[in-house]
Amino acid sequence: MLTIDADPFGPEILEDPLPFQAALRDAGPVVYLEQYGVYGLGRYAEVHAALTDWQHFQSAAGVGLSNFRVEKPWRPPSLLLEADPPHHDAPRHVLEPILTPRALRALRPRWLAAAEQLVEEVVGGRGELDLVSAIAQTFPLRVFPDAVGLPDEGRENLLPYGDHAFNAFGPPNDLVAKGLPRIGALSAWVASVCARDALAPDGFGAQIWAAADRGDITAEQAPLIVRSLLTAGVDTTVHGLAAALYGFATHPGEWDRFRASPGLARIAFDEAVRWESPVQTFFRTATADVRIGDTVVPEGHKILMFLGAANRDPRRWADPDRFDLTRDPSAHVGFGMGIHQCVGQHVARLEAEAVLTALAARVERIELTGPPERHHNNTLRAFRSLPARLTPAR
Amino acid sequence: MLPGMLAAAHTLTSPSTSLTTLRVVAGRTPAAGVRELTLAAPDGGRLPDWTPGSHLDVLLPGDVTRQYSLCGDRWDPLTYTVAVLREPAGRGGSAYVHDSLSVGDLVGVGGPRNNFPLVPAARYVFVAGGIGITPLLPMISHAELLGTPWTLWYGGRTRASMAYLDRLERYGDRVRIRPQDEYGLLDLEAALAGAAAGTKVYCCGPGPLLDAIEEAGAGLPPGSLRTERFVPKEQGPPVRSTAFDVELRRSGLTVTVPPQRSVLEAMAAAGVPVLSSCRQGTCGTCETPVLGGVPDHRDSLLSEAERAASSSMFVCVSRSCTDRLVLDA
Repeated sequence: MLTIDADPFGPEILEDPLPFQAALRDAGPVVYLEQYGVYGLGRYAEVHAALTDWQHFQSAAGVGLSNFRVEKPWRPPSLLLEADPPHHDAPRHVLEPILTPRALRALRPRWLAAAEQLVEEVVGGRGELDLVSAIAQTFPLRVFPDAVGLPDEGRENLLPYGDHAFNAFGPPNDLVAKGLPRIGALSAWVASVCARDALAPDGFGAQIWAAADRGDITAEQAPLIVRSLLTAGVDTTVHGLAAALYGFATHPGEWDRFRASPGLARIAFDEAVRWESPVQTFFRTATADVRIGDTVVPEGHKILMFLGAANRDPRRWADPDRFDLTRDPSAHVGFGMGIHQCVGQHVARLEAEAVLTALAARVERIELTGPPERHHNNTLRAFRSLPARLTPAR
Repeated sequence: MLPGMLAAAHTLTSPSTSLTTLRVVAGRTPAAGVRELTLAAPDGGRLPDWTPGSHLDVLLPGDVTRQYSLCGDRWDPLTYTVAVLREPAGRGGSAYVHDSLSVGDLVGVGGPRNNFPLVPAARYVFVAGGIGITPLLPMISHAELLGTPWTLWYGGRTRASMAYLDRLERYGDRVRIRPQDEYGLLDLEAALAGAAAGTKVYCCGPGPLLDAIEEAGAGLPPGSLRTERFVPKEQGPPVRSTAFDVELRRSGLTVTVPPQRSVLEAMAAAGVPVLSSCRQGTCGTCETPVLGGVPDHRDSLLSEAERAASSSMFVCVSRSCTDRLVLDA
């Protein structure tokens, strides 16, 4: 087994993780990451197997670097992401049906209309804009908090809260330090809006509380399940949308293909999630000695799964660095896999479908007008800005 | 690292690519009239995950589908265990499992799905009638893992007919074994007597037991009593005895459903097939969204509140109260 001393959470690799990911995959099915004393998986087959094998790769010891067996979590652990069966079962069983495509059907016309309105606004301007702030952030923040049933006040806290939560899965580096001064206030706001009384009567949040009334979860679990929506449901979608827009801006042929077949919206979004992998990494902890290749990962040790590396593994994907709408991106691990697979993936897909469909109807070309700027996060692959020009369709 | 240590370590297993056909890898008789089957993927891969209360649809010859509760260990991702009671009055499914299915045979499956999930509780009361013990076995092991106090009341015709008594022995007096030939019918009043606030009661077994516990537990707080019926709930006659129309809005078709025909059959005949399994309103596969009209719900799945909301129906058995239904299909 090869030992790697590069820091996967350092600024150089966060800026451009692709060369590191290639080296990681080529080093073998498992490597040892010296700096953090953890094992690393970069190939699709092993990442996929580890994600699905919850029996041997547990989440309750934390899905970040911090080992909850010996360290105190920075906030009460998630009942979904940071839980194992049997504790994981009831929260998952309650949340899943609230977010199925069938359950989201009622939102569809509303979100399509909201997307058309947003596209009208941005195309009606000078046509030059930052795709991140003008579209990728604006759309989810317009529709998702309403769907959850959040009050209007304080919604600006959602992105910084999520950004810190995803930084906190990494090591306690500068990215975590910069979030610390505000995190107390942000957490207090999040906790306040997860309470029953703060939530509108018809949203996802109220439906979670209704499950508590039915006895399917406890009243203590309900606010933490609402919190999961707020932590995991905003930043990820923003960066996924930005990834799709970046893909189209840099692959004009794929934009033409999409405009000719707008039914490809969902394929396009999942291809963008594969290609950019907005969630790059998660940890697991071995519950037994686990053999990977010729290496035994000892019980109790942390394993870092590089979802982004797996999604570009040439052993699994032909021409993996290409953003390609003719590809079948099914079974990418950008939403994870197995019992912890992103419970909100249908929400993200519906948001993306709305935005991309509305853009395709009104915009002939998306061109970058300046260098894209990355936003660094210990877990997320993100953009700070994507300066671009939208050419309206004639 | 010693070779012996390598061999002892767990090795990564890929998910199976065959999820619709499993192989019978073991069979045994845990009680008189009960056959236990162990199923595995033909390629030896991981099977889909499940939670206590889940059932597997098993496809038997003659287009017959049966639901059997998973009663094994979910920490074993490579096999499923089901136990099947021979039902002389049944429709042939159990006889086939008992008399014809052999180790090595392939069998078609669907699922697993869970309409009977274990929810958090301060304590559990489990009530099993005969083969109804099967979904409760994994629930009991989960209650143990969760550290939640529990009691099992387990009735059956005779001790010899009651499966898995050996597995329950170690739990001591938390398990109340009550064969009918020794004790008479299960004393549900006694079983529910300890059901203080926060207690969840899980009951699985024959229809008369479920009817009796619904009556005995009528005073419990809503959501406290949870039952699973694998035999269809007794229904009164349909609300209407005449034909009705069903508009299939997405397909742009309207079909007429005469009294002897199910909505599902009428849809299939019109070229709008809906995936279905049990065709008895118990499995939930054929759920179809309702856009208009008032369904005559005849399934065993929807709660009273869900029936009132009527956002969907199970087209295999449910019909219409109104002249016209509008479905999203």
